[in-house]
Amino acid sequence: MAAPKKTATKEQGQDRDNGPPPEFTREQELAALRDMLLIRRFEEKAGQLYGMGAIGGFCHLYIGQEAVVVGMQMALKEGDQVITGYRDHGHMLACGMDAKGVMAELTGRRGGYSKGKGGSMHMFSMEKNFFGGHGIVGAQVSLGTGLALANRYRGNDSVSVAYFGDGAANQGQVYESFNMAELWKLPVIYVIENNRYAMGTAVSRASAQTDFSKRGISFNIPGEQVDGMDVRAVKAAGEKAVAWCREGKGPYILEMQTYRYRGHSMSDPAKYRTREEVEKVRHDQDPIEQVRNRLLAAKVSEQDLKAIDADVRKIVNEAADFAQADPEPDAAELYTDVYR
Amino acid sequence: MPIQVLMPALSPTMEKGNLAKWLKKEGEAIKSGDVIAEIETDKATMEVEATDEGTLGKILIPEGTADVAVNTPIATILADGETAADLGKVAAPAAEMKAAQSAPPAEPAASVQASPAPTGVAAPHSVAEPDPEVPAGTEMVTQTIREALRDAMAEEMRRDGDVFIMGEEVAEYQGAYKVTQGLLQEFGARRVMDTPITEHGFAGIGVGAAMAGLKPIVEFMTFNFAMQAIDQIINSAAKTLYMSGGQMGCSIVFRGPNGAAARVAAQHSQDYSSWYSHIPGLKVVAPYSAADAKGLLKAAIRDPNPVIFLENEVLYGHSGEVPKLDDYVIPIGKARIARSGKDVTIISWSNGMTYALKAADELAKEGIEAEVIDLRTLRPMDTDTIIASVKKTGRAVTVEEGWAQSGVGAEIAARIMEHAFDYLDAPVTRVSGKDVPMPYAANLEKLALPSAAEVVQAAKSVCYR
Repeated sequence: MAAPKKTATKEQGQDRDNGPPPEFTREQELAALRDMLLIRRFEEKAGQLYGMGAIGGFCHLYIGQEAVVVGMQMALKEGDQVITGYRDHGHMLACGMDAKGVMAELTGRRGGYSKGKGGSMHMFSMEKNFFGGHGIVGAQVSLGTGLALANRYRGNDSVSVAYFGDGAANQGQVYESFNMAELWKLPVIYVIENNRYAMGTAVSRASAQTDFSKRGISFNIPGEQVDGMDVRAVKAAGEKAVAWCREGKGPYILEMQTYRYRGHSMSDPAKYRTREEVEKVRHDQDPIEQVRNRLLAAKVSEQDLKAIDADVRKIVNEAADFAQADPEPDAAELYTDVYR
Repeated sequence: MPIQVLMPALSPTMEKGNLAKWLKKEGEAIKSGDVIAEIETDKATMEVEATDEGTLGKILIPEGTADVAVNTPIATILADGETAADLGKVAAPAAEMKAAQSAPPAEPAASVQASPAPTGVAAPHSVAEPDPEVPAGTEMVTQTIREALRDAMAEEMRRDGDVFIMGEEVAEYQGAYKVTQGLLQEFGARRVMDTPITEHGFAGIGVGAAMAGLKPIVEFMTFNFAMQAIDQIINSAAKTLYMSGGQMGCSIVFRGPNGAAARVAAQHSQDYSSWYSHIPGLKVVAPYSAADAKGLLKAAIRDPNPVIFLENEVLYGHSGEVPKLDDYVIPIGKARIARSGKDVTIISWSNGMTYALKAADELAKEGIEAEVIDLRTLRPMDTDTIIASVKKTGRAVTVEEGWAQSGVGAEIAARIMEHAFDYLDAPVTRVSGKDVPMPYAANLEKLALPSAAEVVQAAKSVCYR
């Protein structure tokens, strides 16, 4: 075998050291703001409905991490596939799935994406190339690698994006997948959303190597740490990774350094971190505020921004209304969709 | 005294082999470690090394001889100073091949008990009643189950470009059990993919590819190793269609040998029939005959659902008649009456059929006509065929290599009770693997597995005889 062509170590951290990422056009800023706001407002509403008892079971909110999926989605094109774990509402909205269908799934109604049979953690859209929505930590990494295998098998230039957290990054099958992805040069981007806590366990308490961009080194997979709170940095890193994959060079790892404001799930009191820590990230790094401030500095009027917010709130409210008014699935649905 | 060289056993289940080639001539000197012959098993061609020194005195089995039973003397080695005149003095068949050192001795001829692994020569050819799907007058070809499985995959891969196979040693090595022999040569590395030894990972990758619309065949070297992957099989493959409200299915076959081989002990000898048949969303197939192996594997590959295809290593080398049809597909979910009878119903599948059919022969000698049902598919289970038979016979015995607790036999017994309670003349009786991890010692292993004698006894007891 020839010596490894890539030097993963050299590339790490480069983006962060290279200064600010490329500026967005005004249209891009506005689109990113709108998409992130939609996720934030949707999640706030989901939290509210959970508190009212309209949503049951587990419900993992994405608030704080919005720039990751929105920036990555801006780097993808039609035909690229997305797969993630159970903190998946943001990914679905970013993929263009209908807020009503997602919310109705959260409330377990027939108009939900899975007819009410999947719930928060298990939703899919073949139409939007969103492959779930998986409840077992790390399983989506092998599955996403399989999506990439299918792309290579078919000889198309599509790329699959497998999202997982800092917790899943310690699962064994992740490394089995890394090995095969590089061995077979599969077009898969591993996006590690490092939000600093795997449920209640801080990264430093669970990970011997806390720089997740280095997790591919022994497989010769290049990796980068990315400011996951800056949607521009995410898009730039995503584009680099996408280009790498489309050129047939194999997989790529992006560690998105991000933060979730809410608990792990709705039932998490979050005693493992201080209120001040959360407030500081919110104040200094909020992904939505960053875009808002740039737009205001670029003389976009407060009124225009409020209009976007109003538009988003309308979509979310309609989704919430639909999700509560839509009937539960017919009892006969109990026995459908086991086999086809 | 001259030393006899015996036909070595080169794998746990080898019973006979072909003497492909002699690499030493009579009269040639032999040192320990010299390769003296090549032996072709049903799995591979292996080299035989001498463990003794001397001169190759006489070749007893010429090259090209097929089906030489394990432990047959194949040559005589003369020690220093001995000549051809000493050949007649051979007494103790003491010499062993290195490769044979861990091999089981051949089944003692005197054994009256049913052997756990049927010997090659005495393998009961299942007298399969022809499937209704096979038109009368169809030409039959005799094939091993191994060949039938290979042909099924090759035919489906020719038919559908989305079908591919992945697994450990499936390509370059030609299959750990030679089931994928020749597929790499015909279909190339894109469709016949060797994987690293990472069952969890490659099972997940296979499921992901299936979610994207391809039709993978994932081979597990044995189902024992699939325990590493069982999360992906159950949580991802079996449940996604339901969890997606019917949007996203998974057309995939997980196949490989299941159950006890021979002398490979606890971690390599487990029957997963009941494990997988427990799961809604999976189909579970476990064929016994060569024809069923082919027709059902083709059906499994075409099925839009995840299918667990349980093969059996002991049966790979067994031959049976396979209909010579362009497209022989047996529907999943239909049992087969392997033998008709009126007195007692014996229900089994896969290698359990070996005991069931042998027992039926024994019972016939004592005037008990057993009806033997080969389930072939465990999920969905063909309850109708079982119930119809039990309504006729009023008695039932289940036979499985797996453990009794929460086993498939327990499920069958429950269904009979639910649907034919009033027809029963005796309690349903289970014959199963004993409630212990599989032991290594030959005698204990034999005791741990079911036997035809146990089936005979169970059948007689439900007939009150």
